Amino acid sequence: MKPVELPQGTLEMLILKAVSLGPLHGYGILLRIQQISGERLEILQGSFYTAIYRLERQGWIKGEWGESQNNRRARFYSLSAAGRRQLKAETAKWIDMTAVVAWILNKQEDEI
Amino acid sequence: MNLPSAFRKLWYSIAPRTAMDVEDEFRATVHAYQEDLIREGLSEEEARRKAQIDLGRPLVQNEIYREAVGLRVFDELRGDIRYGFRQLRKSAGFTLTAVITLALGIGINTAIFSVVNGVVLNPLPFSHPEQLVALHESKPNFANGSISYPNFLDWRKDNHTFAAMGLARGYGFSMTGRGDAAQLSAEFLSDGFFGVLGVRTVLGREFTPADETPGASPVAMISEELWRNKFDGAPNVLGQTIALNGKNFSIVGVIPASLKLQVSNFQVSDVYAPIRQWGNPFLMFRGAGLGFHGIGRLKPGVTIEQARADLERVTGNLAAAFPDDDRGIGASMFSMKEEIVGSTKDFLLILLGAVGFVLLIACVNVASLMLARASGRGREFAVRAALGASRGRVTRQLLTESLLLGIAAGAIGLLPAAFGLKAALHALPAALPRADEIGLDFRVFAFTSLISVATGILFGLAPAWRVAKENPQTALKEGGRGAIGANQGSLSAFVVVEVAVALVLLTGAGLMVRSLVRLWDVDPGFTAQNVEMFSISMPPAMASATPQMVRAKHLALNEALAEVPGVTAVSQTWGAVPMAGEDDQWFWIDGQPKPRTNNDMNWVIDYIVDPDYQRVMKIPLKRGRFLSRDDDEHAPLAVVVDEVFASRYFPGQDPIGRRIDLDNYGGKVAEIVGVVGHVKQWGLDSDDAQQLRAQYYLSCLQAPDDLLLGMRSGSSFMVRYEGNLAPVIAGLRSTVRHMSNEQELFGEQTMEKVVADSMASRRFAMILLGGFAVLALLLACVGIYGVMAYLVSQRTQEVGIRMALGARRSDVLLLVFKGGARVAAIGIAIGIAGAISLTRLMRQLLFNVSPTDPLVIAAVCGLLMLVAMAACFVPARRAASIEPMRALRTE
Repeated sequence: MKPVELPQGTLEMLILKAVSLGPLHGYGILLRIQQISGERLEILQGSFYTAIYRLERQGWIKGEWGESQNNRRARFYSLSAAGRRQLKAETAKWIDMTAVVAWILNKQEDEI
Repeated sequence: MNLPSAFRKLWYSIAPRTAMDVEDEFRATVHAYQEDLIREGLSEEEARRKAQIDLGRPLVQNEIYREAVGLRVFDELRGDIRYGFRQLRKSAGFTLTAVITLALGIGINTAIFSVVNGVVLNPLPFSHPEQLVALHESKPNFANGSISYPNFLDWRKDNHTFAAMGLARGYGFSMTGRGDAAQLSAEFLSDGFFGVLGVRTVLGREFTPADETPGASPVAMISEELWRNKFDGAPNVLGQTIALNGKNFSIVGVIPASLKLQVSNFQVSDVYAPIRQWGNPFLMFRGAGLGFHGIGRLKPGVTIEQARADLERVTGNLAAAFPDDDRGIGASMFSMKEEIVGSTKDFLLILLGAVGFVLLIACVNVASLMLARASGRGREFAVRAALGASRGRVTRQLLTESLLLGIAAGAIGLLPAAFGLKAALHALPAALPRADEIGLDFRVFAFTSLISVATGILFGLAPAWRVAKENPQTALKEGGRGAIGANQGSLSAFVVVEVAVALVLLTGAGLMVRSLVRLWDVDPGFTAQNVEMFSISMPPAMASATPQMVRAKHLALNEALAEVPGVTAVSQTWGAVPMAGEDDQWFWIDGQPKPRTNNDMNWVIDYIVDPDYQRVMKIPLKRGRFLSRDDDEHAPLAVVVDEVFASRYFPGQDPIGRRIDLDNYGGKVAEIVGVVGHVKQWGLDSDDAQQLRAQYYLSCLQAPDDLLLGMRSGSSFMVRYEGNLAPVIAGLRSTVRHMSNEQELFGEQTMEKVVADSMASRRFAMILLGGFAVLALLLACVGIYGVMAYLVSQRTQEVGIRMALGARRSDVLLLVFKGGARVAAIGIAIGIAGAISLTRLMRQLLFNVSPTDPLVIAAVCGLLMLVAMAACFVPARRAASIEPMRALRTE
């Protein structure tokens, strides 16, 4: 199946989701997204870290320096309280929107 | 956005992550990914390449980070600034010219604005200055005349709208008993005068009503400066005495040196005395005009209109109660600021306008320079556009460059501003009010900064807009020159603007020059050259002299001074002095009934002098004789009148032998013995328009006793001399000292200076406007030259073709000159229209010259055209000397 391309805002939401389950460093977040999506998403070069930086600037994720498994200096991100709230709100919004759109798109011809 | 995230944003802008951090993190991720790929079976090389393709390159990460965090704008700005600096440094000549031009314009603008700010805009340095007013009496002959002391007391008592009122009159005392006799400037003040202003004493108190009762013991206040100089700043100065004109005053207060005020015949002086301490016999005469003027503070919330109506009521009551003295007398009142500043406000605003024009020319100059330069950089912008820069980006960079120029010019401009201000204050006419309050302050600095930024944007816009319109491909094709046609149009427009503005300024200056020339030609009625005026203070012993002793002293002084080598004529002068001091008396024609009220009296300007006065001043004698030594206290009273007096009171008759009754001499009868020419008492320009112009001359020796007694403290002298002034002054001074070392000669000045001072403000205006006009002319010349030079260099190919096709050098010369002349002519035409409409604002400053004087306009047009042609000369010659073959090969 061809991977689905992601718009920027959605990627941010996914990162939030990935981090909500526990602190991760950059690569770990990538992996988890791939994991959760079943490798069905394609992330454009550069857009990943742009999203991370933006999220950190907004204060939805917090970053801390630490050591990765192979003893490299890496930055670990975790969800902040505000981020948690944001994730919840965005999720609810997304679900509502897709439900409505799916409902509209699923309308049979005779029902329009 | 809530508070924490706002702080976070701020934090990021101040302390973003370092590039190393960003790189470290990215590398960690890449490395982890690479390892996974290797684990999946790729070779190290393949893994590395795939990681790079999928994730990106480490070196770019910092930029991505900074953009994500919103710092890119600052980065770009920093880059623009650095780039701008480099570009400006590369074309150092242009940069230097532009910055200096602008710095001069901005600096001068700032200096003038400082003056306008200090004088016109700043509020007076007192609490609630809007409540302060200046007070005068309005009389038939004088719209703002002096207030008599009895009237003042009643005004103060009966009004409802004033919180306080004060009265003041300037004076001078000779202080003795502390070393050499010193001449002190003084003021007679009513009680509570400083309280009106809200000024508090440094030590002690000011005058109370008790000090102003008849017979009160003499008290005085001294200035802080006098306290430090003559009393060593000792804290026990209160209660000490100071001998003024022989009388001992007890010091009760010290006035702060920070007080700076000059209004209504009050100015900050060395010593202050209560009004009642003035021995003038007419002090309590309700109808007397003794030079007192008033100030007042309105009650909170009261408007000037209400106060005016209130005082109208008060003066109406007084007129009814004292018809002889006060009929027709009212009160005139102005806000104190208007009183101080009023007459100069228009001039200063005109000045600001002129300076604004100069700045405009400077900006236009730089704009055209930048435009020419931007076209030369067409290739540079084309390449950048081809590499992906948006038009906005390039425009932003250009604007940054011009802002740099503007800011640099503004900063450097503070130098000529400071120097210019110092020079201006040095050269300011004494008439410019509030000179002490002028300085470079914060408001001025803000103004300067604003101007420099605005000019930066103003002259940067033109090239930026030009560049934004340009098609990069065209620029690249033509080897970087850009479309010439549009360029020429805007450059020519700039030249037109410059020429027009320069013409307006030159016209203004030319009109001022013509005014001043006309003014200088006016005959003052006397010969001012080689006449020196000074005062001599009498020793304290004279304070108790009898009238006979005063006369004897008078004659002795005159004799002694006449002996000084170089002196050819000596005369004392009591009463009025032409263009320096005024004095009037009342009279009626003998045989007619004495007028019942003072206002029905005939007014005349009186000069009380010695017989030699006519020889000192060289006033032309028209009929009869001047006063002589025979007109002494034993002879009948003689008077010499001027032509205006004769034609006004004895029209068509011979006034010699006619008699008038002098009210100031107790009604004594005087016989007219001569007629002299009229003297311009009020000034070369304003005398003709005055109401009171009739003059007469009386002899000092024939003055009545009370007048003689009033001259016991000192008197003024005029001498005519030959040769150099310095030895004459030295001789006079030593003679005075020789007679008594408690006498002092002071206040010496030449009559020429007095006459020149009367024109001082006009001269100042002329010098300023002239200076600006010259500056504008210079700038316009440079601008025209620059534009012409540039256009010629752009058209090198075209000229080469023309010459190859048979054009002669003279044809090419003509081509350039015609181009320049056409542009200049348009500018001149527009300038004339502008000048005609704007110079009428100058009407107040002009004398005997119409604002649209054709001679001035024609001269200015000619001058500008000449300058324009001169500016074209070098470019024209350069064009004519182009080798056709080389030109054709040039790209």
